[in-house]
Amino acid sequence: MGLFIAQILTGLANASALFMVASGLSLIFGVTRIVNFAHGSFYMLGAYVGYSFMQVLPGGFGFWASILLAGLVVGIIGIIVEMLVLRPVYKAPELFQLVATFGVILVIQDLTLLVWGADDFLGPRAPGLKGIIRIMGEPVPKYDLALIALTPFVAFALWWLITKTRTGILVRAATQDREMVGALGVNQAWLFTGVFFLGCALAGLGGAVQLPKGGADLLMDFNILSAIFVVVVIGGMGSLPGAYVAAVLISVLNVFGVNYLPQSTLALMFVVMVVVLIFRPFGLFGREEVAGEHGQVGEPERPIKPAGQTARMIVVVGLVLLGLLPLVGDSFILVLITDIAIFCLFAASLHFLLGLGGLVSFGHAAYFGGGAYAAALLVTYAGTPMELALILAPLAAGLTAIIFGWVCLRLTGVYFAMLTLAFAQLLWSLVFQWGDFTGGDDGLVDIWPSEWASGTTTFYYLALVLCIGGIILLRHTAHSPFGYALRGARDSARQAEATGINTKHVQWVAFGFAGAMAGIAGGLFVFSKGSIFPNELEIARSFDALIVVFLGGVKTLAGGVVGGAALEGAKDYITRFEYWRLLLGLLIIFVVILAPDGIAGTLRKWAERIGFIKREDQA
Amino acid sequence: MKRKTFLKSLVGAAAIAAVGLPALAEDTIKIGEINHYKRLAAFAGPYKLGIEMALEEVNAAGGVMGKPLEFIFRDDQGKPGEAVKIAEELMTREGAVMLTGTILSNVGLAISSLAAEKKYVYLASEPLADAITWSKGNDYTFRLRSSTYMQAAMLAEEAAKTDATRYATIAPNYAYGKDAVAAFKKALTKLKPEVEFVAEQWPALFKIDAGAEAQAIERAKPDAIYNVTFGGDLAKFVREGGTRGLFEGRNVYGLLSGEPEYMDPLGDEAPEGWIVTGYPWSEITEGSGRVFVDAYMAKYDDHPRIGSLVGYMTVQSIVAVLEKAGSTDSEAIRAAFADLPVSTPVGDIKFRSQDHQATMGAYVGTIALKDGKGTLENWVYKDGADYTLPDEEVMQLRGSGN
Repeated sequence: MGLFIAQILTGLANASALFMVASGLSLIFGVTRIVNFAHGSFYMLGAYVGYSFMQVLPGGFGFWASILLAGLVVGIIGIIVEMLVLRPVYKAPELFQLVATFGVILVIQDLTLLVWGADDFLGPRAPGLKGIIRIMGEPVPKYDLALIALTPFVAFALWWLITKTRTGILVRAATQDREMVGALGVNQAWLFTGVFFLGCALAGLGGAVQLPKGGADLLMDFNILSAIFVVVVIGGMGSLPGAYVAAVLISVLNVFGVNYLPQSTLALMFVVMVVVLIFRPFGLFGREEVAGEHGQVGEPERPIKPAGQTARMIVVVGLVLLGLLPLVGDSFILVLITDIAIFCLFAASLHFLLGLGGLVSFGHAAYFGGGAYAAALLVTYAGTPMELALILAPLAAGLTAIIFGWVCLRLTGVYFAMLTLAFAQLLWSLVFQWGDFTGGDDGLVDIWPSEWASGTTTFYYLALVLCIGGIILLRHTAHSPFGYALRGARDSARQAEATGINTKHVQWVAFGFAGAMAGIAGGLFVFSKGSIFPNELEIARSFDALIVVFLGGVKTLAGGVVGGAALEGAKDYITRFEYWRLLLGLLIIFVVILAPDGIAGTLRKWAERIGFIKREDQA
Repeated sequence: MKRKTFLKSLVGAAAIAAVGLPALAEDTIKIGEINHYKRLAAFAGPYKLGIEMALEEVNAAGGVMGKPLEFIFRDDQGKPGEAVKIAEELMTREGAVMLTGTILSNVGLAISSLAAEKKYVYLASEPLADAITWSKGNDYTFRLRSSTYMQAAMLAEEAAKTDATRYATIAPNYAYGKDAVAAFKKALTKLKPEVEFVAEQWPALFKIDAGAEAQAIERAKPDAIYNVTFGGDLAKFVREGGTRGLFEGRNVYGLLSGEPEYMDPLGDEAPEGWIVTGYPWSEITEGSGRVFVDAYMAKYDDHPRIGSLVGYMTVQSIVAVLEKAGSTDSEAIRAAFADLPVSTPVGDIKFRSQDHQATMGAYVGTIALKDGKGTLENWVYKDGADYTLPDEEVMQLRGSGN
């Protein structure tokens, strides 16, 4: 019994920092609709800033003052980020801002390294709370008890702010219908800034308050990211009580997982999320997303049409140049272009889902990595030749997508996105944990192409044919009746249903198709690298694709390919510099601000302006 | 006249600058070094410093085969796929004669597979996975640092000397952690068949829930604990375990826990009494080991980490192999690695021809506090050659991988 209580207390203490960080994320999303990927970075900053204050401020007073100051400083950094980076892009297509926040992650990572150096810091212990108290014979650290006592106060203060003050009323109003709030004369810009300050300050507070239980290191930002997203989604996006309950639920379950099922540490959180979302599609305390947006944000999307004469010429010339490349280029340029082509097909398959289907998948790496693993496993265990493996890879990936899609498509919007992420994570943890079969994180190695394709040039042509073929097939599908149905389902599910389109079915097929295309890319990837590791299934991989699709332009057909080629090309160059993350982050932010329609969309606009191509509506 | 001379010399200088410098730049021997400089900055940083110090010394003494030695450092973002791409570039475009680097085992394995396919020589400097020289070993891959098995076997030897029979293990839930636990179990059971393992904890890497882990281990009431966690996980485990009295009256064996990279951040909370593998740089008072420490501290005004030592020894190994090969041809370098002796700050080591593993050992000692910082006492340097598997077993492992 004593142990049971001690375990609950450990869970409650762990929930503390998690709740603070997650509630900030939830708040920001609720009001601004920004999925703030950089939230983990603010948590990390909180830890570093708090640590620095604790070095100069003495005693118990200094300790707690440092925590508050850390929250304040991080909140102010949040304001700077909001005003410089996010304000210019509020009018961009929905979710576009997440690309900007991704740039912020990279910038903060390198700046933190510059300021505080590479060494980990062990957090100072809380003065006066160093020891333990025995509860029914079980040791419980005093600081744990302090955290357990503290959290309800933070939660209560937030609750009071949101429900009892005028600011809170405005915030809640904005959560429900921000355009109406704007129409009633409230300055939205400052409301958003204020909420961003509060959200970031909470993240900073969370980072500082966990110092005595851990410390500050440069990997904290990504390490907490998935946990806070899970908490926010389980609780219901935008719900503070939800965030609290979910943080406690996750933390306590985790403690019992550690004790009674030690191998569960990777997957448990995501299993809980999947279960909750299946039974409560909007989280424990979330509500169905009300029609807050009147139509789409930003300018209306143009109807797509087949590429014009000029565009076709450019593409043909480009293809001929690529075909002739082995005659002039050295062997590394072929390796590089092969990499880029594979990534472009991967990005294009996500773009198909995202741009045409309006289905924001946060877990597309599952199908890329799934295809790659299918091929690698076939080669390793069945001695399958490369040709057959490349055919079976998309089948396996497509099948995986169909299974995952069947569950995920019950949900919509951000919840759909999070469920796709959860499934991708589950697949990742399966591969990671099942070392005997998949090699775990030591991966599967020595998977090289068949003899005839093993030369760099031959494999280059093989990859080029399959990738460009796949991209053209995706594009062709967009113009087929199926593509029209998919866009119909995206723009108005109700009207599409009324014309006799089974929208869920169409989306399901599209999900499987996009998965299969990602699987081809994955299959090629494994043969080009000779090995495969679970990191190709990771969240970071999914985000890579997501970023380039937005960067390229969601609302243009070429977005995925253009973004993929641009970013992979830029990365190859930029990573040669010491502070490449800073450069890459700034570049991404720069592109986001300069080209809110994505690279392809903005280029098209410029081309129209100078009369290089004609606008469709004038044609 | 004067003006003319001036102009002449200017033209001459320009000509030398235009012709001479590139010629000089081409005339170096280039080594491709791939690492996770950003992803694992705390570990890759000192490693790079060690390399740069060794390069300076080598080139001041005339370089290798009469040419300066040059390292091309590239960041792979910690991604195996990226590392493979960079390896291709280094070998085909930059003119590197061989590859080295990486800390993460999966990246090391990816490069090693590429090395075998394309016939590039790869010296895996820091990755620890046994697979690199055993089950996934190949003709073109060599490893400098003592493997997971070797270090775990050294700790198992210490553990077998005590009366403890009930062991709990805690290791990060990934390949290195699993290897390290399996190796410890294997080596300890061989020495002392009656031991039993009463708890196995597997926290997710860098996401440890230290309080819960400490409770879980306490619940099993072990006599001794074997720890494989490192970095931030180790700090949290030490603090939560210490606060809750988990380590009182128990022997704790920590793999790598005594390396400065991991012990320094713990400050005065370094867990006294743990028996660990590490690098007691401050306690090494004589021999080439001390010379290295002094030179490093004079150059960087900071103490060496284990990474610095490995970086330094990487350059020494490469110099030795190139001198012995007398050529930069891959096949010649590969052949020269067989039983290659290298004298290093830890003493003389040899690249075993059986499995391409160097006999670099590890320092094993007990953590003690000195001036508010953790260090090792009663330490000994254990030669890696004594802590490997029998040759037949090694051959069997290597055979199954190819």
